[in-house]
Amino acid sequence: MNEGVKYTGIPSAEELKTCPGVVSVSRLEKGPVAVIECVQQIPCNPCEKACPFGAITVGQPITSLPVINEEKCTGCGLCIACCPGLAIFRVHKNYTETTSLVDFPFEYYPSPQEGSVVDCVGRDGQFITKGKVNKVKKNKQSDGTTVVSVEVPKKYCMEVRSIYRK
Amino acid sequence: MRKVQSLVIGAGPAGLAATIEIAKGGGEVVLIDENAKPGGQLFKQIHKFFGSKEHRAGIRGYDIGTQLLAETTSSGAEVLLDSPVYGVYPHNEGIMVSYLHREQEKALLAEKVILASGGMENTLSFPGSTLPGIMGAGCAQTMINVNRVLPGKKVIMVGSGNVGLIVSYQLMQAGADVLALIEGAPSIGGYGVHAGKIRRAGTPIKVSHTIKRALGENQVEAVEIVQVDDKFRPLAGTEEIIAADTVCIAVGLSPLTELAWLCGCEFTYIPLLGGHVPIHNENMETSVPGIYVAGDIAGVEEASTAMEEGRLAGIAVAQALGLYPPEEAVPLKEEVWNRLNTLRTGPFGQKRFDAKVELLQAAKGGN
Repeated sequence: MNEGVKYTGIPSAEELKTCPGVVSVSRLEKGPVAVIECVQQIPCNPCEKACPFGAITVGQPITSLPVINEEKCTGCGLCIACCPGLAIFRVHKNYTETTSLVDFPFEYYPSPQEGSVVDCVGRDGQFITKGKVNKVKKNKQSDGTTVVSVEVPKKYCMEVRSIYRK
Repeated sequence: MRKVQSLVIGAGPAGLAATIEIAKGGGEVVLIDENAKPGGQLFKQIHKFFGSKEHRAGIRGYDIGTQLLAETTSSGAEVLLDSPVYGVYPHNEGIMVSYLHREQEKALLAEKVILASGGMENTLSFPGSTLPGIMGAGCAQTMINVNRVLPGKKVIMVGSGNVGLIVSYQLMQAGADVLALIEGAPSIGGYGVHAGKIRRAGTPIKVSHTIKRALGENQVEAVEIVQVDDKFRPLAGTEEIIAADTVCIAVGLSPLTELAWLCGCEFTYIPLLGGHVPIHNENMETSVPGIYVAGDIAGVEEASTAMEEGRLAGIAVAQALGLYPPEEAVPLKEEVWNRLNTLRTGPFGQKRFDAKVELLQAAKGGN
């Protein structure tokens, strides 16, 4: 079976590795950071304006892939809800000694409860691990896109990308 | 008969944008639509739009609809609803447009007419395809997002273009399960990020698969899907039966061109744009002087390109009415063309760009 977003809807390991929106392994160690899993050239640029630190560049043409500046990104997470493709995540790898935080957009009802333990899934919707809901963010600016933050074992921080919808 | 400077048929994204531009230029404009409410398909688009941030990207479709309606209202344009147009007749004194309103036949005489009638979903025939519960994806989208009625709980989606992907996602948001999305081609037709959303929600996407038949007594109860080879021939032994109460068909759209045929526009056939499309020039004017097209009727694309084409046609009409001198109209149109060209780049847009070039060439006598 063919791999890659065009065939499966899931970016392959290779596509993610060469994606200019996905930060380096060393940057992940340094603190929270945005991970932009946008691997296909489509006409779209709201993420560029969403970043208050100028850490995301799309430029011209508008179909260019977003490029993240690892130094400028503070990991504030404001870009997550601005991506119409729901392809931006925030990863705080060293949240504790053993756990990471993964923030992702979530547009289903009901929203999970803060503090509850939930089933976390990967890009293919399959169960990976249990996780604890650290935060559920909703505000006017995010226009209906809830941002959920889950605490998961560190080794899954680049795998967990959502939770089961109820 | 009442005479007006311009008339726009269809109050979707293209028609609304065209109306706003004509009014902005100081033109008299009547916008006419067969539906009870304006907005076309915009009000069922609950997702955030792609495109350029300067031009409403990141905003949900229904909010864009609300903004366009507000602009239309404040522009002073007249909006005629519940008014299906059934005839467009070029005439020596102008273009006569006949329509029905509350079962009465009416007509207007316009100097310029913009056809922005949109597109219509394609259908797919297979054994059992007439069973209740089998519907167009756009129909399911209207049910859930406009009428708030869930068509079923267990859905099979056929077609992986953006419509199939987006409607699958929205059906899950509305509380249904999408058990599988099947696609006859060997790869996904729409944007990977839309596909990614439904994959994360657990929906498998089966490329190189088609629907063989739908099973059920009084309504669809199950579907049989089958893998196909690279020539779309079913592969025996790969059949699979899935219990489902709803099947949504998302196999593309065709331009709604009846009015353009009726008034004698010349056509060309470009499969990538949805089939037969009226030939138009850089001003969106057809081969019939004074009749313009914008949006899906001029080739099936996206709401973002439909709005830009509407703007372009609107500016061109205002210019043709003598409201803009060329030195004002040319840069305005150039701006829109630049935006259209950018929307038509990348692996998805380039093919539409090429198809549109072919369409413009046809206007220059290349056909």
